[in-house]
Amino acid sequence: MSIVIDKSKCIGCKKCRNVCPGSLIKTDENGKAYIKYPKDCWGCTSCIKECPAYAISFFLGSDIGGMGSKVHTEKNGDILSWLIEKPHGEVIKIDINQKESNKY
Amino acid sequence: MKTEKISTDVLIIGGGTAGCYAALTISENSDKKVLICEKAHIKRSGCLAAGVNALNAYIVEGRKPQDYVDYAKKDADGIVREDLLLTMSEKLNEVTDRLEKLGLVILKDKNGKYVTRGNRNLKINGENIKPILADAVEKAKNVTVLNRVNIFDYSVKDNKINGAFGFGIESGIFYTIEAKAVIIATGGAAGLYKPNNPGFSRHKMWYPPFNTGAGYAMGIRAGAEMTTFEMRFIALRCKDTIAPTGTLAQGVGAKQINSLGEVYETKYGLTTSERVYGTVNENQEGRGPCYLRTEGITAEQDESLLKAYLNMAPSQTIKWIESGRNPSRQNVEIEGTEPYIVGGHTASGYWVDTDRATTIEGLFAGGDVAGGCPQKYVTGALAEGEIAGLSAVKYIDSKESFEKISDEDTNYHLRETEKYLTDRHSLYTTEQLEEAMQTVMDSYAGGIKTNYRFNEKQLDIADCKIRQLETLTDDLYAEDFQELMYICELKERLTVCKSVIAHLRARKETRWHSFAENLDYPEKDDRNFNKYVNSRLENGEIKIIIRDLVTGGEKYEHSN
Repeated sequence: MSIVIDKSKCIGCKKCRNVCPGSLIKTDENGKAYIKYPKDCWGCTSCIKECPAYAISFFLGSDIGGMGSKVHTEKNGDILSWLIEKPHGEVIKIDINQKESNKY
Repeated sequence: MKTEKISTDVLIIGGGTAGCYAALTISENSDKKVLICEKAHIKRSGCLAAGVNALNAYIVEGRKPQDYVDYAKKDADGIVREDLLLTMSEKLNEVTDRLEKLGLVILKDKNGKYVTRGNRNLKINGENIKPILADAVEKAKNVTVLNRVNIFDYSVKDNKINGAFGFGIESGIFYTIEAKAVIIATGGAAGLYKPNNPGFSRHKMWYPPFNTGAGYAMGIRAGAEMTTFEMRFIALRCKDTIAPTGTLAQGVGAKQINSLGEVYETKYGLTTSERVYGTVNENQEGRGPCYLRTEGITAEQDESLLKAYLNMAPSQTIKWIESGRNPSRQNVEIEGTEPYIVGGHTASGYWVDTDRATTIEGLFAGGDVAGGCPQKYVTGALAEGEIAGLSAVKYIDSKESFEKISDEDTNYHLRETEKYLTDRHSLYTTEQLEEAMQTVMDSYAGGIKTNYRFNEKQLDIADCKIRQLETLTDDLYAEDFQELMYICELKERLTVCKSVIAHLRARKETRWHSFAENLDYPEKDDRNFNKYVNSRLENGEIKIIIRDLVTGGEKYEHSN
């Protein structure tokens, strides 16, 4: 359970670093974000929702059954979209209207 | 280290659910200056970082606050403080309305009434519940937030609190914070026991891994009376992802079944601890693994579940998608987590009165750090934050003068902190000692390894080994201030471990399977233990105090 940050996409805004509840994300000498303590990630996905450049993806560790998919979110108004990219490139998108309650 | 001194009226330690709400309450009801110290950032810190799928503590139409008290009392087999539960329950609906006004989406019917799930639950979209709270705090008057400041000790003199000490984990500034009243709202303790997946995904746990028991440890060290640490909490969760099971059990009516397809939950009982115990037992007797039976649910239910989990525990949705089979086509395997100490679910924490005053003058507690009042969930933590906030204001108004923190106290704490910044070539790292602690607790104090069971001989060994580990912390070295925080957290956990062991040993009965299953005393003993097990540190030793239950309309007040 952790995240990967694509440095080529990172714009150095530090929003992920700011929000991480474990203070696990730092920035390098070029101002780009990286996760310093990947094993300490709780998997809360706060950083992913903050990132305006969609540079951060979340994945399940192989020790808990991860199969190589990467996940990021995109926000448009009230719609929070979750994009799950499988290893062979297929993307599954689930849209959630944040103004709608859970059914359960 | 650079040093800085700050003075405030109320210091709130921890900007999670209870802490944020305490700040809002004080801001709206007084002109007192409030300072929140948060070791991460209040936008996503604490239990609500990923979101929450429902409000689990609400008094639905036709029910009374006393019904909630009765429910929580039954679940804990009597070991609760009815006065605390009642004062909390009376505020559950008011704080819910407030949350909605702040922007939380709560499901309503066409008449504008909340749609309920069972007798106590409301359906919400709780993905952004913490940013909503944090946003309100940031707009509140007289409230200052210091993010990334780790508070590690109180300043207490003659059993009265005068403030606390901390440091910036990025700035490296050492803070002396003087306060007229302090609210502790740091949450419970995770990471005492070896987790389900101790490798790469060691932090994929139920409770926030960043809640390290700081509030408990500071209270124990300062001589506060603490209660019911032996009532550990073990969550029954979806295997691997450690995602919630309640959404499946209550949402789509999924029953707990063993690998033979038999519904076993009725065999063991339906309290929180019995559900865990049943699962452990079925596995032990060769009928594992255990599942929640979701096969056969509708496609529409599948879709709603995928969305509901994204709003609180996204890993479970990813797991379903990666496997290529939705819950309608595969039952969801379940397992118990490692034990946690958490006063929002069980009754562990500070021994408080109905004002949420601790036994240390000027120190109030709310949320998971406060004891005696289980099944708080989100709204209960908000209610306790409100009570603690109002009590702190009342306390300040009742006093004429306040003491300052002495230079001697500041210098002592500064010295004790700075010593870890000098490399003494310790053989061990903080991480290694943390793993060693978790292994000890797992093996000898009723962890996953022993199916949560223990006996007195094992507890003796656990106690001895935890004390040995504690001596090794003296030589630890921190390269930066974040590592310094990790050392503080390890020491906090070791302090809490000692109290947990002492409490497990003191309750010589088995009242709650799995939560506190003492093999030397496998039966319930109502005659001697239908009571609270409390403790207080006296001259470096944990003194156990057995207290009678506060029940049936009684109200407990501190008398010493």
